[in-house]
Amino acid sequence: MTGRVRAAAAGARRQLTRAGPAVLVLAAAGGVWELVTRLAGVPAWLLPAPSVIVLAFVEALPQLGRHTASTMLETGIGYGAALTAAFVIAALIDQSSLARRALAPLLVTSQTIPIFALAPLLAIWFGFGMLPKIIIVALVCFFPIAVSLAGGLRNADPDMQALVRSMGAGRRQVFFKVKLPSAAPSLLSGMKIAASYSVIGAVIGEWVGASQGLGLYMLRASNSFQTARVFAVIAVIAALSVGMFLAVDVLGRRVAPWAYVRTEEVGP
Amino acid sequence: MSSARPALRLTGVSKTYAAAGAAPVAALRGVHLEVRRGAFVSLVGPSGCGKSTLLGLIAGLDEPSAGSIEIAAGAAAGASGVAYMPQRDLLLPWRTVMQNATLGAEVGGGDRAQARRRARELLPAFGLDGFENALPHTLSGGMRQRAALLRTVLLGRPLLLLDEPFGALDALTRGQMQEWLLEVWARLAASVLFVTHDVEEAVWLSDRVYVMTRRPGRVKLSVDVDLPRPRERRMRAEPAFAAVEQRLLEALLAEAGEPPRGASCGTRAQEHPP
Repeated sequence: MTGRVRAAAAGARRQLTRAGPAVLVLAAAGGVWELVTRLAGVPAWLLPAPSVIVLAFVEALPQLGRHTASTMLETGIGYGAALTAAFVIAALIDQSSLARRALAPLLVTSQTIPIFALAPLLAIWFGFGMLPKIIIVALVCFFPIAVSLAGGLRNADPDMQALVRSMGAGRRQVFFKVKLPSAAPSLLSGMKIAASYSVIGAVIGEWVGASQGLGLYMLRASNSFQTARVFAVIAVIAALSVGMFLAVDVLGRRVAPWAYVRTEEVGP
Repeated sequence: MSSARPALRLTGVSKTYAAAGAAPVAALRGVHLEVRRGAFVSLVGPSGCGKSTLLGLIAGLDEPSAGSIEIAAGAAAGASGVAYMPQRDLLLPWRTVMQNATLGAEVGGGDRAQARRRARELLPAFGLDGFENALPHTLSGGMRQRAALLRTVLLGRPLLLLDEPFGALDALTRGQMQEWLLEVWARLAASVLFVTHDVEEAVWLSDRVYVMTRRPGRVKLSVDVDLPRPRERRMRAEPAFAAVEQRLLEALLAEAGEPPRGASCGTRAQEHPP
């Protein structure tokens, strides 16, 4: 038990050392920003100093919790919906060439729809509740997940599939025992891309009309020239996006550890 | 026993691939071949002669265009009598050695617990003792190949199809694996059809060696190897061994039709231990 704790501590230390340079750059940029705004006397509504932003964050903390929770919920549900839909579509495309010809063009088209144009329409159709935000998150996340999964399924080693078929496996078994695990590395990279966009999707949805959420909160702050608060919310959104990304990464390592191993092929 | 039906009999097997917008390609034309029960039979031939196509047909991955393939039935009801081991080890990278080895029982709806028990029994003989929970990428090339063979053996089918299983191994490992394979084969009492490029390997392991022609492949020559079993390393130096090897090499080189004939024979001759 202590060994595991020690190993975890060592791991955390390693992470810190690795993150060191990035943290340094960030700190230096913050320092310059602080100095410039103070020395030049830039007004806080135009560009607040980092210290002012931190204060604004602390001040906003009681309200931030509620809005953050709402945005996170929309993001989570939308992401889950996208994952489910992408799984179904990618499996269909993989199993049937008719489905591929019918659905692949739609897949690309789904990505060409400008979300900014769609968001107000969704608000008109579905009101100011969570549903339109969830739909936007799902739309944003669906494409990278579906494309990466379909690609991963297509690239599964045909020899491995032949081997399992020679053992008497049917289509279903080939799909679940060979193709899906083979597609895991590709699927995970698509899921990470989707995760890093997902929060922004929810915020855009909230922007065009919402009763709560970080997008709404930021819009209010912006309209009342509380620029420091806008920056504080931006920081929260960034942190949530990074959190989503890391969550997928951690989950991926747990569920599909082989996807993180570089396998060197033995043989021709 | 040996007068019973053979483990495998191919009669006039042909395979032609239809190519889009071009003349169809004949990969195999009229292959006759037989593997007696319990025999170790090798198949040598120039690259691209359709050896792998032939194994694919026997493994039931594809249908022959003409001819018949008779396979003695497997012990398990409904199962085909053939266990196929392709050229690459094709261990599933997300499965441990044990999970890979018992894949057949899992896919074929066999008794998984029994497969695991049998795998555990065989692990030491396959040099994999203590590695049952290792993932394939942590194993050496020889170990991966042995794990793949364990998976093949555990299918429990009377005929093993081995497609150049040692092709990617270094010479030393390869030599060890050949001796080991003979031991395992003697213990399992299975019939083997073994594809290789290496004539010396074929002679040393086999009761009979078939030479195939260039594409479209058919059997050009079959030679029985009358060396006693168990085979020993020193037999490679015996004149009978060299004579068989020479005959096969000549047939094969005539098929390859390329100049390196003298050089190749020279190196081969030097390889024999004194």
